[in-house]
Amino acid sequence: MSDEAELLPGTLDLLILKAVSLGPLHGYAVLSRIEQISRGALLIEQGALYPALFRLVRQGLLKPTWGKSDNNRRAKFYELTSRGRKRLREETDGWNRLATAIASALAARPQEI
Amino acid sequence: MTAYFRSIAARFFHRSQTENDLEEELRSHIQLRADDLERFGLTRAEAERRARIEFGGHERFKEECRESIAGNFIDVLFQDLRFGLRMFRKSPGFAAIAILTMALSIGATTAIFSVVDATLLAPLPYPQSEQLVSIQDNFPGVGAQDVGLSEPEWQDLQHSGIFEYVSPTWFDENNLTGSSRPARVRLLIVAPNYFALLGVQPKLGRGFDPHDHSPGLIPEVVISDGLWKRAFGSDPNILSKSVRMDTDLYRIVGVMPAGFDAPGRTAEERNIEVWAATSFYGAPLSDHPPRNRRNLPTAIARLKPGLTIAAAQSRIDALVASLQKQFAADYPLQNAWTVQLVPLKERVVGNVRQSLVLLLGAVGLVLLIGCVNVSNLLLARASARGREMAIRRALGAAQARLTRQLLTESLLLSLFGGIAGLAILFSVKDFLLRLVPENLPRLNEISISWSVLLFALIASVISGVLFGLAPALQAGRLDLNHALKQEGRVSTGSGERARTRRGLVITEFALSLVLMIAAGLLLRSFWDLLNVRLGFSPQSVITVRTRMPSPNDPSVDKYATASQEAPFVRELIRRCAMLSGVEEVAIGDTASIPLDESLRDLKLISEGQFLFTVEGRDVQSDHSTVVERSSVSPGYFHLLGIPLLRGRLFNELDTDNTPPVAVINQAMAQSYCPNEDPLGKRFKAAKAGAPWITVVGVIADARTQSLAQAALPQIYLDVYQTWAKRLAILLRGHFRTAAIADEVRKQVQSLDPTLPVSGGQTLNETVSASLAQRRFSMGMVGLFALTALLLAALGIYGVISYLVSERTHEIGIRLALGASRSNVLRIVLRQGLGLAIVGAAVGLVCALIVSHLMASLLYGVRPTDPATFAGVTLLLMGVALLACYVPARRAMRVDPMVALRYE
Repeated sequence: MSDEAELLPGTLDLLILKAVSLGPLHGYAVLSRIEQISRGALLIEQGALYPALFRLVRQGLLKPTWGKSDNNRRAKFYELTSRGRKRLREETDGWNRLATAIASALAARPQEI
Repeated sequence: MTAYFRSIAARFFHRSQTENDLEEELRSHIQLRADDLERFGLTRAEAERRARIEFGGHERFKEECRESIAGNFIDVLFQDLRFGLRMFRKSPGFAAIAILTMALSIGATTAIFSVVDATLLAPLPYPQSEQLVSIQDNFPGVGAQDVGLSEPEWQDLQHSGIFEYVSPTWFDENNLTGSSRPARVRLLIVAPNYFALLGVQPKLGRGFDPHDHSPGLIPEVVISDGLWKRAFGSDPNILSKSVRMDTDLYRIVGVMPAGFDAPGRTAEERNIEVWAATSFYGAPLSDHPPRNRRNLPTAIARLKPGLTIAAAQSRIDALVASLQKQFAADYPLQNAWTVQLVPLKERVVGNVRQSLVLLLGAVGLVLLIGCVNVSNLLLARASARGREMAIRRALGAAQARLTRQLLTESLLLSLFGGIAGLAILFSVKDFLLRLVPENLPRLNEISISWSVLLFALIASVISGVLFGLAPALQAGRLDLNHALKQEGRVSTGSGERARTRRGLVITEFALSLVLMIAAGLLLRSFWDLLNVRLGFSPQSVITVRTRMPSPNDPSVDKYATASQEAPFVRELIRRCAMLSGVEEVAIGDTASIPLDESLRDLKLISEGQFLFTVEGRDVQSDHSTVVERSSVSPGYFHLLGIPLLRGRLFNELDTDNTPPVAVINQAMAQSYCPNEDPLGKRFKAAKAGAPWITVVGVIADARTQSLAQAALPQIYLDVYQTWAKRLAILLRGHFRTAAIADEVRKQVQSLDPTLPVSGGQTLNETVSASLAQRRFSMGMVGLFALTALLLAALGIYGVISYLVSERTHEIGIRLALGASRSNVLRIVLRQGLGLAIVGAAVGLVCALIVSHLMASLLYGVRPTDPATFAGVTLLLMGVALLACYVPARRAMRVDPMVALRYE
């Protein structure tokens, strides 16, 4: 458990957008992709994914279509819309700025103050 | 924006598809996960089980997803609505009772509101009607109200710069001849500016020229739509025709639109059939009317635009003060002359305001009681639904969400109730309108208008929130653990819920008691009025009316003086007395018909109120010098059975050539000749040139003017000595009413074929008609009180039954331990009576306040009448006992074995 990070509020949406930006995915695959790209550090409660997906669809950031999975199961695929792509860019920039700021704040040594 | 609504609509109508979609997606997720797990070597069944466990709370996520999809208020609302409807379908009995209760109470409230709206709230149906006022001259110094104004005063007002137009209005009747049968028509004599003042124009032809100041009567009339249809068969060429009224010829210049009513308090005053115009000087009136002859009975006016009534009033006061200085001789200081502007609407509806407000209050209480009852029902159902709520909470529904769901359900109930109520109202409205007394002002304006519909909607929403709030809030405070543990049992959180229900029953009892006491007091007033000693005998008396014409040219008037009229009156009495079945006949003016209200408040010239002075005495400031006056033939008093106390009645020797004499009643003798012999006293009408009238007799007091007032001063003149235009023929005997009226018509018209004859009412009918308004208020309040009683009984029955079913176990134990059955009965009854007593105590306090507010509507009983208060309280207790007795008997019959095993 210790190597898994707590998900900060609001970051789930960002992760989903990132996962889907690499190509259309169904819900389960979104989870696997997040696990894979975070190298297993981020674990998401499976059911909690769906309310987030629906929210993003409602905001017009994702577009759902029904299709077939690799192992030939019917599944709903999510694809990034152009608005979603734009949002991903903005959120990524915002996150990087925040992360850099927090990282440098935390790295500060007494003599630098 | 449209896309947004379309998506909402799409979501609403394709809800089940979305729902399937969601379900399928979650299922596919679990399958995909299971596929992965299978690859790790699990069996398919095990893999699926693991996948489901990993997924977590399926239903909870689904709920969250739904909210994500919905995400907005409207979707959740639709969801709640659909759920609510489903719940009603599942328990139709409950829904039907709740909806019916609300339908009846909202329907009744809306019905009364429609009357209040049409009469008290809606502006009068004339353009800018808030600028319309009625002008009222008062002599507060001598206690005289609304004494009318004179032509010079009217001119003063016209030129004061305060008003756009001022028009005296003078109600009269006329004999319309020339068509098939002479008919009486209601005539309003007005100034030429009348229609311009009201802002209404005829639908055919034209009105009068508002700037016509020519002397005398303008030989033109405007007729009502009703008369146009009835007497002229809707003749489209009516404008070229003339009518003959009171032997004078008038050209018809206009026909008013259907539905136009003159502003008036009574049906007579509203249903004017002919309008004639004059500038109120010149023949047949005086060329130079004196300032102190107040022969213009009423006046209406339109204020200059932008002027408020208060501002206009202060300018009028200044005008009055300066006129009083200028014409000191015409305005004796002791009269303390004032001119008061009354909003026209106030004049029209002012005297019914209190009754209507009382009715609205009463029906409002019924609505409240209805709400309390439904609230009670909901609480009872909440017990049954406790487990459902608990499970939904356990599955992750938020507390606020459940509260909202329950509130939506109760709003849905009350809206259905409101719709059903309106439907009932629509279907019975014609019947209801027939119950409304005909004299109610603005009766024909009552309709189910938009404002009434809006009221019904608001009433429904408010009641929905009112009765839904307590159960909804309580469901929110559900104790999950406790509720789930009570597997299968109906009662959950019962302590608090039972407390609320008891509170509701107490409220219900208090409200019912208030209503019943109000009804009881009105009923007693009515009863007392019905049984009041009239002082005259109305049995087997009928009245028939006729009217002598009064042509504009007095020289062609066959009945210009009392001596010209006397032969007609004498001969008519002689002929009527010979009709079969007739025992006694008397003739008087229409004011002599006891308790006749048809012409009340019309201020007919030459009739009714009489302003007078007493010989040898200055005007007394402590006594009103206005009395009721009527002219009667000598046989009148005997016919009505009013005994003579002193002196003599009129006799055949009193004629136009002998000094005028009067008979007064005892009240008049006591007020104007206290400690003196009234016989021989002389009175005189308070106008120049009036002759002295000598009192020759005193009769006993009779309630001929008002049932409610015991002794009103009254003066009777001899019909052979006074000029009476409107005649009432009173006949006592044994005959068929309709037949005798026709016989009298033949006799009248054989003497003068131009005279119209109407009436044929028995005196008992007249007396009963004078109680119409009271009967209506009492009937309505009584009906509401009965409804309230019924609802309260149902309420207490419901609560006690519920308590009994809850305590079955306890009762079983008590019985098993040796309690007698009568003990059990006593316990249950005590519980019910306790509620009733607390409710009654609260109700008594409220009833005391209410009864004082309605004091002026009462007759003969004090607002604190102990008999009514005690009687009604006892009645309510009796009903409560009865309502508790049924469940109490059930408790008594509890079989201890069954009750104990049940647990």
